[in-house]
Amino acid sequence: MQWETWVIETLRRALAYGSPLLLGTMGEIYSERSGILNLGVEGMMILGAFVGFFTAFVTGNPWLGFLMGALVGGAASLIHAFLSVTLRVIQVVSGLALTLFGLGLTGVLGRGWEGKPLRVSLPVFYIPYLKDIPILGPIVFVEQNVFVYIGIGLALILWYLLFKTSWGITIRSVGEDPATADALGINVSLVRYLCVVIGGLLAGMGGAYLSIIYRPSWTQGMTSGMGWIVIALTIFSFWHPIGALGGSYIFGSLFYLSFRLQPWVAPELLTIMPYLFTILAPLLLNLHKKMRRRMGAPAALGIPYSREGE
Amino acid sequence: MRNDRMRFLKIEKRENPSWKVIVGVSIAAILLAFFIIGFVFVGYGINPVKAYIEILIETVGNVYGLTQIIWQSIPLMLCGVGLLLAFKTSFWNIGAEGQLLMGAVAATWVTLFSGFPGFIMIPMIFAFGFAGGAVWGLLSALLKAKFRVNEVITTLMMNYIALNIVLYLIHGPWKGDEMRGFAYTNSFPESCCLPTIGITYIHWPTLLIGLLSICLIFLILTRTRLGYEVKVIGQSRQAARYAGIPYFRTIFWVMLISGGLAGIAGAGEVAGVHHMLRHPDQVSLGYGYTAIIVAWLARGNPPLVILTSFLFGAIYVAGDVLQLSFGFPFQIVNVFTGLILFFLISSESLMQYRITLRRKDD
Repeated sequence: MQWETWVIETLRRALAYGSPLLLGTMGEIYSERSGILNLGVEGMMILGAFVGFFTAFVTGNPWLGFLMGALVGGAASLIHAFLSVTLRVIQVVSGLALTLFGLGLTGVLGRGWEGKPLRVSLPVFYIPYLKDIPILGPIVFVEQNVFVYIGIGLALILWYLLFKTSWGITIRSVGEDPATADALGINVSLVRYLCVVIGGLLAGMGGAYLSIIYRPSWTQGMTSGMGWIVIALTIFSFWHPIGALGGSYIFGSLFYLSFRLQPWVAPELLTIMPYLFTILAPLLLNLHKKMRRRMGAPAALGIPYSREGE
Repeated sequence: MRNDRMRFLKIEKRENPSWKVIVGVSIAAILLAFFIIGFVFVGYGINPVKAYIEILIETVGNVYGLTQIIWQSIPLMLCGVGLLLAFKTSFWNIGAEGQLLMGAVAATWVTLFSGFPGFIMIPMIFAFGFAGGAVWGLLSALLKAKFRVNEVITTLMMNYIALNIVLYLIHGPWKGDEMRGFAYTNSFPESCCLPTIGITYIHWPTLLIGLLSICLIFLILTRTRLGYEVKVIGQSRQAARYAGIPYFRTIFWVMLISGGLAGIAGAGEVAGVHHMLRHPDQVSLGYGYTAIIVAWLARGNPPLVILTSFLFGAIYVAGDVLQLSFGFPFQIVNVFTGLILFFLISSESLMQYRITLRRKDD
């Protein structure tokens, strides 16, 4: 059947297209679970994309590209951490500033690097035996790049850390009730700094994925709103790394379809699909009031914490 | 209790920082941003002092530069004062960019396809521009009030949707008869082009609407019930609920105006500057995003938007200078705005405190 191969191909590509979103979303989940809303994901991703591309292009080593991309994302997130945790500024504005800054800086630095194809290769897997499993095999175990598996692995690790260890309890308690956490002797600021930086590292890595694997080249503004979709995905995934897996792959399939359907529909209209879905998805979720309550939004999200109790 | 032995500096909360403090700290924040950018110049082998002198001469240093600044400040003023109203309501409208583009689309439709008689063309361009931006803004207001969907996400996503709608139109149904490499619509007929002041680019009808809307919003905020409701909701949505202020109704009016003004800015750009609908990056040089800072810097005072939009108009012209004289990409403007925003919000929080020396027996 033709449509069967079509569906399987779409789902297979959804994993690859969804991985940068997955990386970014897991990072934002950690940041928000600790109570810090970081709207700078787009900025951190684009910085990671440029630095990742630049490093991989110059050194010829894609792994180094990913490392540097992650590090620059982490460094950028420190700005947001300092402003929102230490100076307790309005987090919405600080994150926006980070996004503007990242887009601007990469636009300046990245000029002259546009349109240069990146010729590096990362391992691509055809996993024997597993690929013969019906349906699942050809989707997950055929021709996937290594970072798809790294993404899945990280999701499992980050889920375990957040929900099954005392570190996870510490992070979540800081996001729920920082005053009580503080009284229990938890260093609220330190936890928040760490979580924001985890968010930055992962966003930077997601950006590097875009410029090294997804579209192996550099284009100014190439994140084209993915950072904002990450913010929305964080909510759709109920602040849960496993939820992020599902959500990212749904968006991944939309991104893939927006290329695949081009012979039939104008490409600009197809590009709208993921953005439109970002707006409409909360409406669907909203129908379930009970679900809302269980959603797991951190109670102290976006509220600066100080002992004086403002 | 905490052990305060180590503290010799006493940090007190300041109730209301005085005007002098606010202005002084704001200027310091902006200067600091310029200072940091200086390092970018150095990195590119450009003497920052020379660059800034060149910028000053080319922007505020001559009449042509000044008219360029006023021209660039028109969309910033319109979007900025609208955003100011939205921010006062604690509604984070990040969507001025998309609202501007949809205003441009609506205005383009009027000029190319509506067939209105010539003499009402220009009023219609502005009316439709307003409506286009307002509809785009109201969608987010509706989603926020009725479905509690975060407005930051919806307004932003609407930006990307608007951008792609413009791309679709100029590549598809509205594609011009003659194309030279780039996609754009047909040129507007003469009767639909806004008049300019002399040989400058300043399309004065849009500028006039901008100044009038600043007055209007000032009056709304100080003299009307809507203004009162805006302030109460901005302070605390819960308090507003207790006071019986309907959230949706207030947000509806706020976003109608905020989106509508951005739409007028878009109408002004296509009818006053480009005389056609073209690539979104050319229709708007990120005005909708820069306007966030224009609004933020005005700190809730509509008249100050004249000043702040002029400032950022100057930064846009400076971006042009950097592009022409030093070969910098125009994106340098976003570096400026991002940095200025960083320093401004930091100063905002520092202004809340007064640092004094503390006596030991205190």
